[in-house]
Amino acid sequence: MSTYVGQLDAARFVRPKAVAAYGFALGVVAFIVVIPPITARSPVWSVLLGILAAFAGVFAASRGAQRAGWGAVVVGLFGVALGVLATRSSTADLNQVFTASLIASMLVFATPLTFAAIGGMFSERSGVVNIGLEGMMLMGAFWGIWGADKTGSWVGGLVIGIISGGLLALVHAFFAIHLRADQIVSGVAVNFLALGITGYGFVQLYHGNNVPSNISQIPNVNLTKNSNHGFFSEAFGHLNLMIWAAMALVVVSYFVMFRTPLGLRIRACGEHPRAADTVGINVYLLRYFSVVLSGMLAAAGGAYLTVGFLGTYNENVTAGRGFIALAALIFGNWKPFGAFGAALLFGLSTAIAFRLPVYSDTAATLFQALPYVITLIAVAGVIGRSTPPAAVGRPYVKQ
Amino acid sequence: MSESLAPTTPPEPDTPPTTVAGRLDLLHRAGGIAVPVATAVIAFAIGGLVVLSSGHNPFLAYRDILNGAGLNWIAHPWDVNTANTAPYNLTQTLLQTTTLILTGLAVAFAFRCGLFNIGGQGQYFMGLFVASWVGTSFVNMNRPLHILVGIGAAMLAGAAWAGIAGVLKATVGAHEVITTIMLNWIAYWIGSYLFQQGGPLQGAENKPLDIPISADIAKSAKLPVFWGDPELQGLHIGFFVAIAALIVFWALLNRTTLGYEVRAVGYNPDAAAYGGIKVRTNYVRAMAISGAFAGLAGGLDMLGYLFHYGVSDVQASGIGFLGIAVALLGRNTAVGVALAALLFGALLFGTTHGLQSNVIDPSLAGHLTEIIQGLVVLFVGADLLIIAVWRAGGRIRKRPPKAPVAEAAS
Repeated sequence: MSTYVGQLDAARFVRPKAVAAYGFALGVVAFIVVIPPITARSPVWSVLLGILAAFAGVFAASRGAQRAGWGAVVVGLFGVALGVLATRSSTADLNQVFTASLIASMLVFATPLTFAAIGGMFSERSGVVNIGLEGMMLMGAFWGIWGADKTGSWVGGLVIGIISGGLLALVHAFFAIHLRADQIVSGVAVNFLALGITGYGFVQLYHGNNVPSNISQIPNVNLTKNSNHGFFSEAFGHLNLMIWAAMALVVVSYFVMFRTPLGLRIRACGEHPRAADTVGINVYLLRYFSVVLSGMLAAAGGAYLTVGFLGTYNENVTAGRGFIALAALIFGNWKPFGAFGAALLFGLSTAIAFRLPVYSDTAATLFQALPYVITLIAVAGVIGRSTPPAAVGRPYVKQ
Repeated sequence: MSESLAPTTPPEPDTPPTTVAGRLDLLHRAGGIAVPVATAVIAFAIGGLVVLSSGHNPFLAYRDILNGAGLNWIAHPWDVNTANTAPYNLTQTLLQTTTLILTGLAVAFAFRCGLFNIGGQGQYFMGLFVASWVGTSFVNMNRPLHILVGIGAAMLAGAAWAGIAGVLKATVGAHEVITTIMLNWIAYWIGSYLFQQGGPLQGAENKPLDIPISADIAKSAKLPVFWGDPELQGLHIGFFVAIAALIVFWALLNRTTLGYEVRAVGYNPDAAAYGGIKVRTNYVRAMAISGAFAGLAGGLDMLGYLFHYGVSDVQASGIGFLGIAVALLGRNTAVGVALAALLFGALLFGTTHGLQSNVIDPSLAGHLTEIIQGLVVLFVGADLLIIAVWRAGGRIRKRPPKAPVAEAAS
């Protein structure tokens, strides 16, 4: 309500179209740095600039400037590709970093983020801030693998993981909605709780290390035969079931949120709960529903991480992915496709960070910080131009 | 996210005070010291239930944890059985307390300005990294100067790191919770970069061995130890620095114009602005001072007893986050933070290295700290629950259970 903590005139520099234009420029620069007269030797700079360009594009596209924004994404990714082509010292080097498998690994890293970010969208669109995504994801990761171990099937593991995330979300919902606790404090608490509960359970049930290695894993979807080594086959041929589920989830959640009465009601609770209440919408019920759903989705992302991707568990396995998901949600302007786009780019930057060390570049570690830096920049520009749900963070009191 | 993320909708008339400081004031009027004590007791009780459910005796487990923290020495200072390990355990508990006081103050000071500084961990990291750099460089500096430069640089680093969030809040209205979360993780990866194999702060002797740990800081940068063996992590004079920081915190808030402005902004930014206080300036100032406390914590840890740091330490550290629980349980006051820091310091050391128990395994007990930490934050955040319980206490028989909750809100 401190409205005077206002927006500077900076707002006009962050108009979506202007951001898209910056993205274009960055994408072009990504290519220029590797050709004479600059002739950078390492591809790091053009990769960095190209990804920044793509981020600017997603940012713009999720805020209205669709055509210019996606254009900037394309230019940025071309900048990355051309920059790398120009700096390659040998084809072998190139193949180690940039191949079709990069797309597959980008999707692997993006999937947990997508689940949690879409979950966060439901919660925040209904008016409840969810800082606790990280904890809910961690619950899904641990109890998911425990369930897969105990029931002997990945379906059981997934279900148990999702339930555990939903239960933790229920705690957050109860404190945030009924007890009207500060939603951020409650979310922070939920993160600590998840860390403690999963850590305690891990030591108690598995003595802190020996999760069975032969648990039932979520299967891959084989679209092509294993012998086929085409680009399409390597990139999309053998993706995990949950990766496809994440993509479907984006489409479904867009449809639910923006094309159904349920979505309209959830958004009404987040924008103006009093008005929603007046027309007969049960604000508390919808907020409970949305928060618990967000916990279940985040937990599904966590369960994918352990039951689907790693096949094992180690302490605090999510390692901040829930917060990257939160960043993707903010970056994508609380929209499904925006959040998915941001999750893909965050996944890409992680995937590249794991591959850059072949150039023996110690700075590759810093690539892992990129999602957070990008979000920091986005938040600095976002507020005032396009805003989160108006009533987010505010407890609603029935009359 | 209650304030600046939603500037367009007018406040609803029936909502409780929305700034954090306003809520805090409400808490102060409702029950005084009894509420945080009750919060802690309930959190420990639920933690005990968790211990019980995993097949251990909670009373014996808590007794062993308190013994592990060295607190039994206070009760029996001349007992021969405790004389060997207890003083050492107590120094270790006080080492943790030193850090927790400062990371707690980092959260508390921002709270008093209506800001929620989740970034204590990142600011602690930045202070620690800079202290490590200063401590390993400038080897020929004389001792007092080297220590002062190291601590000063650590405080500045913490202040600058938190200042980013403050400036973003003041200029574009970016919510400090989001920005400090992001800054935490950026600091985390900066640390992973600095100490990794080939990283700029990795020790020269560790490079051929592929050990991602920094070099030990120079002898001239190490803080004097006043209790215990300097070779075995004795208690360093940073403990007194933390005590002094508590006094500075209290005096700054209650006896200076700066503190008055900070508190005024915390209670009600609109009214403060109407009274001629520069709200934006105070946001930046409060964040920077908060960050300086957390940076000081990192500097003292590095120069006081850690001496070197590695990638695995970066991954394992959570003491900045624990500061949130310390500040909330301590009600953002100097005395409260000191007591809460002692409690969590004892819990932190008593559940890990200090614990010698056949009742509960240390690796299990360590996670008990996290559970209790989460429960404390959860319950302290739920002021309505506490107020409802408090007010309902006298008239629980006369009214239906829901009535006091509604009344408390109006």
